[in-house]
Amino acid sequence: MSGLLRDLLFDYTLRNVALGSALLGIVSGVLGTFALLRRQGLLGDALAHAALPGICLAFLLTGSKAPIVLLLGAGIAGWVGTMLLLLIVRRTLLSEDAALGIVLSTFFGVGVTLLTFINQRGDANQAGLDKYLFGQAAALVARDVITFAILGGAALLLVLLFSKEFTLLTFDPAFASSLGFGTTRLSILLTSLIVVAVVIGLQTVGVVLMAAMLIGPAAAARQWTNRLAPMIALSALFGATAGVSGALLSFTRQGLPTGPTIVLTLTAIVFGSLLFAPARGLVWDRLRQRHRALSGPMPTPVALVESEGSRP
Amino acid sequence: MVITERSHAAAPRDLAAPAIAIRDLTVAYRETPVLWDIDLDIPAGTLTAIIGPNGAGKSTLIKAALGLVPAAAGSVEIFVRPYDEQRLRVGYVPQRGSVDWDFPTNALDVVLMGTYGRLGWIRRPGRAEREVAMRCLDQVGMADFARRQISQLSGGQQQRVFLARALAQDADLYIMDEPFAGVDATTERAIVDLLRVLQARGKTVVCVHHDLESAPDYFDWLVLLNVRVMAAGPFAETFTPENLARTYGGRISLLSRLAEELEGRA
Repeated sequence: MSGLLRDLLFDYTLRNVALGSALLGIVSGVLGTFALLRRQGLLGDALAHAALPGICLAFLLTGSKAPIVLLLGAGIAGWVGTMLLLLIVRRTLLSEDAALGIVLSTFFGVGVTLLTFINQRGDANQAGLDKYLFGQAAALVARDVITFAILGGAALLLVLLFSKEFTLLTFDPAFASSLGFGTTRLSILLTSLIVVAVVIGLQTVGVVLMAAMLIGPAAAARQWTNRLAPMIALSALFGATAGVSGALLSFTRQGLPTGPTIVLTLTAIVFGSLLFAPARGLVWDRLRQRHRALSGPMPTPVALVESEGSRP
Repeated sequence: MVITERSHAAAPRDLAAPAIAIRDLTVAYRETPVLWDIDLDIPAGTLTAIIGPNGAGKSTLIKAALGLVPAAAGSVEIFVRPYDEQRLRVGYVPQRGSVDWDFPTNALDVVLMGTYGRLGWIRRPGRAEREVAMRCLDQVGMADFARRQISQLSGGQQQRVFLARALAQDADLYIMDEPFAGVDATTERAIVDLLRVLQARGKTVVCVHHDLESAPDYFDWLVLLNVRVMAAGPFAETFTPENLARTYGGRISLLSRLAEELEGRA
């Protein structure tokens, strides 16, 4: 264990991978909380898939494989996908999940087509674009980590500035609008910040698994607290924990890919929280039910209030 | 929404002027009109009920007045000025079912949201806002539940939290969407008391209401709505069997029962 800790601090590769994954976990944990509470869990999935054609186009146009160029392409494509999504929801009778499905599959289809086209050109430079599909955290270098820190830091600063507005938008958009807070502008800002989280995640966990990084930490955090601020902090902590421990696990075992290992670690946290969190855990819920059944049909006053309040 | 500048917009505030003045308001969903050519003045200082059958456009009317749904045509003025300039004077209480009550927050934080309009962008609520929020919770008899997670409140308690949030706005006009829907007797009394207090303080309250039987006891001004305004005026004069029949169309059984009741009252 102490050897692992020493490696974490001093091994150049592991340090970058762990730092980059931790940053991803924090940023996607914070933004995922809002996405989850707005019932837009799959928004991140659509945005990540929408980013793929952007990566390919950025490479085709510039011929550069520099992450900053490709991620800029990814960000632009993800953002265009978002605007298209909002437009479809606004202008057509389609529901949001249908719009998500359309944007996700169309952009991903275009992305895979472009990827195939690039691979078939036999360009010596092409190798490596497909790493954005499943991520390649092991290839993170110090420059990537600095990029993540700047992007993520800016996103977190904006969340901090607009936390009051984002909370209002998430809980009661009609009321927010009646107070004069432009909900369309706020939605676009919040979704753009989610695009930033996605961009950070593309190199680490990739297009396909990015959704887990946005949903997982928030879903786990919701189990442990009934207040928003602690939920955001806990979600960031869970995201960072999954990032670092996933990076360490894949470092100690040959052949364990980092991105999927991070997501699997996160899944363990989510399942643990769903089962064992004190107030909302399924295990305690089941035990309480059994206890209630054993101690007769009269519910306790607390249980009465809860059951009355849970579904008005 | 088209909001036309009106010539008297610059006139000094006149208490006799209507709290809400709606002109030629039409709202359509796709091709179907939901509200058709609404002309409506609601006098300041009244407790007004908007009553009509399901699908009459009651909620849509207040949402259109607040710019929450787009209007095909028409203008809305609040205290003789365009609504956009008067937002801070309007407190909106949405339907209770319009939000997710499992949201991770407590009663006090929800009420605190009522102060956000005055705070504006970025500024955070402080001690003063928290005191206002506590006072408003106390006013609806919910001070003991300030730290309670909102999913652990009963439906009526949740409704009172929404009312407290509107109180925290310290508005002059309160617009409420079905505040009495599905609440317990305690809450119903608390809301009625609150409406009276607000009226005594010179506020105007407009409620979408669904219960014809309780309406005469609670309100003093009535708008009967069914896509168009069927009748509007002082409650007793407007709440007639003929007006109700025109508003509700064919629902004879309900109407004849009400007609009997009205005769019983007379």
